Amino acid sequence: MQLSLFNTRGQVMPLMTRFLDLKICTIRRRTQDYSTICTLVRHRWMKSAVICLPEHISKGYSSSAEKRGIDMSNFPVDKIRNFSIIAHIDHGKSTLADRLLEITGAIVKTEKNKQVLDKLQVERERGITVKAQTASLFYTHQDETYLLNLIDTPGHVDFSYEVSRSISACQGVLLVVDANQGIQAQTVANFYLAFEAQLAIIPVINKIDLKNADPERVEKQIEKVFDIPKEECIRISAKQGTNVEQVLQEVVKRIPAPTAKKEDPFRALVFDSTFDHYRGVVANIALFGGQVSKGDKISSAHLGKTYEVNELGVLRPDEHPTKTLYAGQVGYIIAGMKEVKEAQIGDTLYHHKQPVEPLPGFKPAKAMVFAGMYPMDQSEYMALRGAVEKLTLNDSSVTVQRDSSLALGAGWRLGFLGLLHMEVFNQRLEQEYNASVIVTAPTVPYKAVLTAAKLIKEHGQEEITIVNPAQFPDRSMVSEYLEPMVLGTIIAPDDFTGKIMTLCLNRRATQKNMIYIDEHRVMMKYIFPLNEIVVDFYDSLKSMSSGYASFDYEDAGYQPADLIKMDFLLNGKPVEELTTIVHKDKAYSMGKAMCERLKDSIPRQMFEIAVQASIGSKVIARETIKAYRKNVLAKCYGGDITRKMKLLKKQAEGKKKMRRIGNVEVPKDAFINVLKRKDK
Amino acid sequence: MKNARHFCWPVARRTLFMSPKSLTESASKGTCASVLPPLSDEASLYVHWPYCLKRCSYCNFNKYISRSVNHSAMTECLQRETETLLKLSRVSRITSVFFGGGTPSLAQPATIAAVLERVSQHAQLPEEAEVTLEVNPTPAGTSRLKDFIDAGINRLSIGVQSLNDEDLKLLGRDHSSQHALHTISEARRLCPGRVSVDVMFGRPGQSVASWETELEKLLAVCDHHVSLYQLTLERGTQLFKQVQRGELTMPTEDVTATMYMTARDILEMHGFRQYEVSNFARSGAVSEHNLGYWKGQQYIGVGPGAHGRFMPHLEGSVQREARTQTLEPDVWMSEVQKFGHATRRWISLSHLALLEEVLVMGLRMTDGITHQHWKLFSPSDNLHAVLGQSGDVQELQQRGLLILDDRGLRCSWEGLALLDSLLPTLLLQLETYVRSQGRRGNKDFIQPQHREGQQRR
Repeated sequence: MQLSLFNTRGQVMPLMTRFLDLKICTIRRRTQDYSTICTLVRHRWMKSAVICLPEHISKGYSSSAEKRGIDMSNFPVDKIRNFSIIAHIDHGKSTLADRLLEITGAIVKTEKNKQVLDKLQVERERGITVKAQTASLFYTHQDETYLLNLIDTPGHVDFSYEVSRSISACQGVLLVVDANQGIQAQTVANFYLAFEAQLAIIPVINKIDLKNADPERVEKQIEKVFDIPKEECIRISAKQGTNVEQVLQEVVKRIPAPTAKKEDPFRALVFDSTFDHYRGVVANIALFGGQVSKGDKISSAHLGKTYEVNELGVLRPDEHPTKTLYAGQVGYIIAGMKEVKEAQIGDTLYHHKQPVEPLPGFKPAKAMVFAGMYPMDQSEYMALRGAVEKLTLNDSSVTVQRDSSLALGAGWRLGFLGLLHMEVFNQRLEQEYNASVIVTAPTVPYKAVLTAAKLIKEHGQEEITIVNPAQFPDRSMVSEYLEPMVLGTIIAPDDFTGKIMTLCLNRRATQKNMIYIDEHRVMMKYIFPLNEIVVDFYDSLKSMSSGYASFDYEDAGYQPADLIKMDFLLNGKPVEELTTIVHKDKAYSMGKAMCERLKDSIPRQMFEIAVQASIGSKVIARETIKAYRKNVLAKCYGGDITRKMKLLKKQAEGKKKMRRIGNVEVPKDAFINVLKRKDK
Repeated sequence: MKNARHFCWPVARRTLFMSPKSLTESASKGTCASVLPPLSDEASLYVHWPYCLKRCSYCNFNKYISRSVNHSAMTECLQRETETLLKLSRVSRITSVFFGGGTPSLAQPATIAAVLERVSQHAQLPEEAEVTLEVNPTPAGTSRLKDFIDAGINRLSIGVQSLNDEDLKLLGRDHSSQHALHTISEARRLCPGRVSVDVMFGRPGQSVASWETELEKLLAVCDHHVSLYQLTLERGTQLFKQVQRGELTMPTEDVTATMYMTARDILEMHGFRQYEVSNFARSGAVSEHNLGYWKGQQYIGVGPGAHGRFMPHLEGSVQREARTQTLEPDVWMSEVQKFGHATRRWISLSHLALLEEVLVMGLRMTDGITHQHWKLFSPSDNLHAVLGQSGDVQELQQRGLLILDDRGLRCSWEGLALLDSLLPTLLLQLETYVRSQGRRGNKDFIQPQHREGQQRR
């Protein structure tokens, strides 16, 4: 936890260091239950640490005021700006955030400031933001000090629920676009999220220092695609700091202050929450009215429970306790909530004696992609369960359902917001909890509209969602099946248009529109069945376009589809764990591919094995595993017995662990190989 | 490493690298018969000669290619270890002797004579007992055949491997097909009716047709015994590297299976009876020594890395032990000089472990395991009781791979080629049966006194 003594240091420091010989020392001390490190800046000949600070700030930061924290009453609503940065992956969102933090003195300027707000290992490795972070910045513009709340957002559409959450606490966004790459698919998706929320949008063209930068072309794209006059774009280099100061000025000028009133009763939106083992739930809140102080009794609209505020403060980006938060401000609150459920994201908090109209919440995040997750070894089940529980505590968008498979043992069927979300979850499990897991090929939630009265009664509704193929109702019981659809946006250089159209066609996509966003770049919109893009669509797209195409998608509801259940048989006996729901048009190619993979994974046996894919009683694909004709050690004399016995005993032990389908013995890893997501 | 018996060598080495723990596991759980093991007053003797002149390209074993072999020290040590182990086993009769390697035909005939002499001093070695020498068909070896026979050898096993000179070169052999043919005729002259030839199939680039021709050619000159082995590609060998680099191609599984089946047919047409997976004999010229292994008889292993299976009666044990001698010739020699023998590992075989070996080895013979044979090792539980009830075993019978009838248990013609696929099922059933008997408190299956160790001194 770092607390800077001079919050305007960003502006003052360069000057000071240039002219004065400064000594910077770090003091660590304990306040309450956590330690605070504050940086004192003093000149050698000075005894006091107070230098040239705006009056109202230095007042709040004199050494005696330190214990009380920042006085947030210095920031009335009209001095507050709440904003997000949204961008396609790698367009420099996090670098810009680092610079903004440095300029405003929230963090010390060093070479090491890289993606300060990306705290997770996976975020830094992949260069993406998964979890939204918040930072309150103090910025002086025309002698007025403003409180700028930067609410960082995840870049990928999988996390768009995080984006929309963050956006709901904002009045404006910085839309960052790479000066070389121009508008990409996620730029478009993110733009619409902000646009629909009616936020002020400031286009920022980043990386103008690059050799191939063409800001003019990007400005034209922005004008064409987003209908924003090109004059409104700010050209910057976040890396070199060029024009970053201007960004802050424009934030103050162009983004409206929140409309919240201090006089109103306290009303706050929970837009994020994290769980801390020692302190319980830490909720990030945006105050839409009134004020809240330590010791206040507050209630949540969702559960109606009452809590006492133990701690609250601002995030800079580390937690920085204050006494009170006021209307229009953004901060964190700890109020003895023991479970993440108690601080439901989208919930409204109010003073327990002054109930308010709850704010419009969020639609709960909806799982779009499901996958089975199993421990590599069943003895690791408990450890993995612990890891999954801990991880889902901080990521409530993952749905967890216990599942078990004959081949893989006990495990879970987890629902994710998208593929990247799934990968990130898996990577976090491995990195943060050192758990090794088997992940099955992802599936999507299908629906069926039931006709049989008995089934409707059984399910309590006409339309049911099918996550596990085993629950797939028979055709005779349903009027139609539905599959989830997405609206996909692809932006690519026009050289690849033909190839991309073929790819999309093969994936059962229908084109919605296609426009040129500049002379060479095309933006195409397609409606895809989600199932067609969950496995390897993005990889195919990337490789066929030499990495130039970008892709993003958003939920587009359900559409009727010709779905069928496909079974896989070994010598006529179905293998339960391989049953799959597939679109009729894809049944043959999918069945054939699976049979081939099975053929490669099942060892030869003493008899021929027929590997078949079937729909109902009709076999649509077949592979044959030929029988062994010879399997006997050539030489077995006195000196060979020990080794041979050891080998045979091992095989006999292995035999016990085999899964038997009829007379066919299948090693467990054979199914794992088939079920597992293909490695990239 | 040239002849039929050379396989004990690599195996010995691997065994040494196994952890003692893994070795003891199989032994520690089993049970033991309270009666004396069968045929415990006789054994066969295996004598290992570790040296070779040259490394064969398919041999994955760090064998000892020594320019200066100390023949007198080797002779003394082989004699000494033979004596010590004979005394330990307290057998009164040695039924057969086999000199294997390495290349035992590089040993001096005097060494052979000395070892045999020492055997005769401590046990009965009948005049008619089979005494085999593995012979490398080089001119040098051939010229000494007479001396070996004078030393007491009465059966010769010749490592022909191939009659194709290209292939012999490829395999790194130090003889030509001409040498091989000459050695065969010389051996037949000196030792009529008691000459065996080894031949290898599944060689790189070999076709079924060329194999058939080669085998016919061999059958025209050979004596009454043929051993045929499929070449297996072992990691770390020259041949393995060549195949990996794509310089050589090994025949596919289907091709080698066909080669094996064809060879079985051809040999049968020439009057050879297959009596084991890889061994064929006519006029009853089977190898008594090797049959001993498959019939679960005791054997004493002498020489670096040799394996033995016998009961160390001298120490009061009533359990058979699996024993391995120290591998490296120099270390082996110094241990023999110090302690009289160089047994590096010994493990008591439990009743179950012994039955497992009887089953695994016995089914390699075309006659399989007769009820009488089984009864020697399992007096109270017959084959029908032990295996006949299992559904999995019955399925193997129904498939026509396995036969369990009044004669005993054996593989069908097709089943013999698939033996290693049948055995896990049979071993599982045997284990299940023995364990269930143990639970019922059958006195035959009481827990044995466990004996094992690193170095007996």
